[in-house]
Amino acid sequence: MSAEDTRVPWPRWDSPTEDWMLPGDCPVTSERTLLLELAARILFPAVLVFSLYLLLVGHYGPGGGFSGGLVAGLAFVLRHIAGGSSEGAEIGARIRVRPPVVVGVGLCVAVVTALVPAAFGAPVLSSTKVSVHVPLLGEFEIVSSLALDVGVYLLIVGVVLDLLRSLGSGIERDALDAESEAAS
Amino acid sequence: MLPALPVLLPLLGAGATVVVGRWAWAQRVIGVTVLAAVSVVAAVLLVMADRGGPVVAEIGGWAAPVGIVLVADRLAALLLLISTVVTLAVLVYAIDQRIADYGRRTASTTFHPIFLVLSAGVSLAYLTGDLFSLFVAFEIMLAASYVLITRRTDARRIRSGMTYVIISLTSSLLFLTTVALVYAATGTVNLADLAERVAALPTGLQTVLALLVLVTFGIKAAIVPLHFWLPDSYPNAPAPVTALFAGLLTKVGIYALLRTRTLIFPEGHPSVLLLVLASVTMIVGVLGALAQNDLNRILSFLLVSHIGFMIFGLAVTDAAGAGGTALYVVHHITVQATLFLVSGLITRRTGTVSIDAMGGLAKRAPLLAVLFAIPALTLAGVPPTSGFVAKLALLQAGAGDGVATSVVAGIVILASLLTLYAVVRVWVRVFWGEPREPLPDNDPDDDLVVGTARTATPMYVATAALVAVSLTIAAAAGPLSAVTTRAGDDLVARTPYLGAVLGQEGAR
Amino acid sequence: MTTVSLAMAVVVAALYAVGFYLLLQRSLMRVLLGVVVLGHGANLLLQLTGGPPARPPILGGSAEGSAPLADPLPQALALTAVVITFAMTTYLLALGYRSWVLVGHDEVQDDLEDRRIARRRTPTASMGEEADEQGDEVGVDPGSAAASGDPVGDRS
Repeated sequence: MSAEDTRVPWPRWDSPTEDWMLPGDCPVTSERTLLLELAARILFPAVLVFSLYLLLVGHYGPGGGFSGGLVAGLAFVLRHIAGGSSEGAEIGARIRVRPPVVVGVGLCVAVVTALVPAAFGAPVLSSTKVSVHVPLLGEFEIVSSLALDVGVYLLIVGVVLDLLRSLGSGIERDALDAESEAAS
Repeated sequence: MLPALPVLLPLLGAGATVVVGRWAWAQRVIGVTVLAAVSVVAAVLLVMADRGGPVVAEIGGWAAPVGIVLVADRLAALLLLISTVVTLAVLVYAIDQRIADYGRRTASTTFHPIFLVLSAGVSLAYLTGDLFSLFVAFEIMLAASYVLITRRTDARRIRSGMTYVIISLTSSLLFLTTVALVYAATGTVNLADLAERVAALPTGLQTVLALLVLVTFGIKAAIVPLHFWLPDSYPNAPAPVTALFAGLLTKVGIYALLRTRTLIFPEGHPSVLLLVLASVTMIVGVLGALAQNDLNRILSFLLVSHIGFMIFGLAVTDAAGAGGTALYVVHHITVQATLFLVSGLITRRTGTVSIDAMGGLAKRAPLLAVLFAIPALTLAGVPPTSGFVAKLALLQAGAGDGVATSVVAGIVILASLLTLYAVVRVWVRVFWGEPREPLPDNDPDDDLVVGTARTATPMYVATAALVAVSLTIAAAAGPLSAVTTRAGDDLVARTPYLGAVLGQEGAR
Repeated sequence: MTTVSLAMAVVVAALYAVGFYLLLQRSLMRVLLGVVVLGHGANLLLQLTGGPPARPPILGGSAEGSAPLADPLPQALALTAVVITFAMTTYLLALGYRSWVLVGHDEVQDDLEDRRIARRRTPTASMGEEADEQGDEVGVDPGSAAASGDPVGDRS
């Protein structure tokens, strides 16, 4: 085996590994809009990053786990609307984490954050600050209640994903089944 | 931190049961462990509160009246303990019903988390020292109950579920309005702080706020003009869920009334309005029970009727009345939950809820007969059961407190006799007479398996455990009524609570 | 004690009136809208309890130090209440959908006086079949809704 074979062929080394557009197996082909799908494709990562920003600044500025989680959830809602009914299932399949697990982990993280101060003799839900000096970026203040916000963030994202699955694609699947039954 | 645990542990358990949703045994272990741990915490809290005054936890280190506090005084700790024990027994019953029907390996994604969330909401409602947190606690509790009552719906259950949800939402929005008006009038939502500031308000405004609180909690507690949703919705839920709701949810409403009336709107004399409401509730409830043929509906109407007993203790508004109400709540939580669990066992055995279609069960299932007889007689208040002790405490509070309370005390006795008649009627139709074959399950696909003798032993054990708790209340009536009397004294004196929360003339 | 302006009091009264009117309707969709409107009314009332409009209650958020700060507590309360109302709205939507799938419409039904009577009237047919005849959603399978509501391989 020469090293030549393991390398990616030159013309393909920078080609995207997945389709630029959303998957083409959307059943409701007539109602797809190219503009919305393209916008969803571009906006999705940007909105997710913005939701993380809201999560991090939440202690001193407007934002926090709840609004961050909702914004992240809206990103998934956008994909769902753009991609039609296949998208809800596709999100679940691609993340490989079941939405209830996200909800449960979020709730556990939040409650554990509430309980941890008690182990140090402080009242439940009290918080503390840690200052970290990061080279190049400067001084950082990390508040321990950030962990609570992360828990809430996960919880909200999980709830929105579950809603998209059960009330979004679930209902559409029901409607499709009903139509195919009526046709047969 | 101790008062925070009964709220946080079930929430942690809820999160954990969702994460391990694929392993049924893990869900069961977590649920039972968490509720057992909360029971222990509640018992410790009760001992601490009884010995050294109310235990206060300041959330996030913010002291009252700025921060949210959790307060475990004698009343809250006692009700927390009995509620958690009942919840635990109901959970064991529900788990074993599921195992008997579907086998050991079927996991339920929603039941355990929602059940634990409900438990957290109930704990928060008991412990919170803040009117808005009380609203949040009610919402947590009710949201969980909406899911439990409309889970696995069929067309019949969804109708009763809708009634329940819409009524509860209306009362929640009324509660929110009350909180807003209270805050506008006083500038605080802390209960201890409110106790001092409401007293400075004009009398008319105080009356309006007190009436709003009464209507809000009256809907939740099912006081008679506001009770109509209860016999309509509770009987349609599965037996464990009905037992939990009947045992806890209305009683949390009574607790909120007891807390707000003694702490925020104290009256020096018996309240005529509450006396009238108590009488009407007792009589209408028990007459409704006599008119029904459906076992669960009979029990639901009896539940409404016995809410009136607690309102009577509330109306007397002295220390003996408050203590009597506390004792009655403790007794009634246990006995009502037990009766609904027994009703579930009976339905499972006979395949029907109509008492006309049953008969001769005393011969076919003697254990069931015993399990029904004891809580039924307890509910009616036959000596020496816990019902007798609790009713005696109420009557002692009511007698010699003026003509009006004596008249209503007479109605209490009348309603007790009618209750006895109602349960004897059930007994005669269900347990005596010709033994009948169980009716077949007319809807074999649904959640409820009926008409089978295939009942897991732990279901009997859980029910019997609740019967034993009820008997223990009767056996330990002396120490227990001493505790509730002290709790009543605390409630009326107000100083232990105010001192513990606001830090004046420290009770600790 | 806080007082509110007349205009706001009228708005709150209108929201409550509309909300309660909608609550009394048959269709669950209208009830849902009623809950939403009532929730808005209650939240507006909560907001108004904080007193007249003032500077945002953020430290260092504004230059002029003399203007009064708004009371942040009602805003926190209203935020919590908004979240709760939002959750309840979602739940009612799901309930309405389930009702539509099972019964064919989302109207709150009359109570059958007793289930004994209900059983006597429909000895063989279950409620679902009966409803299918009156509703036009004949093809909708109740089982599929149960599957969508409870997706992780749950029995029944």
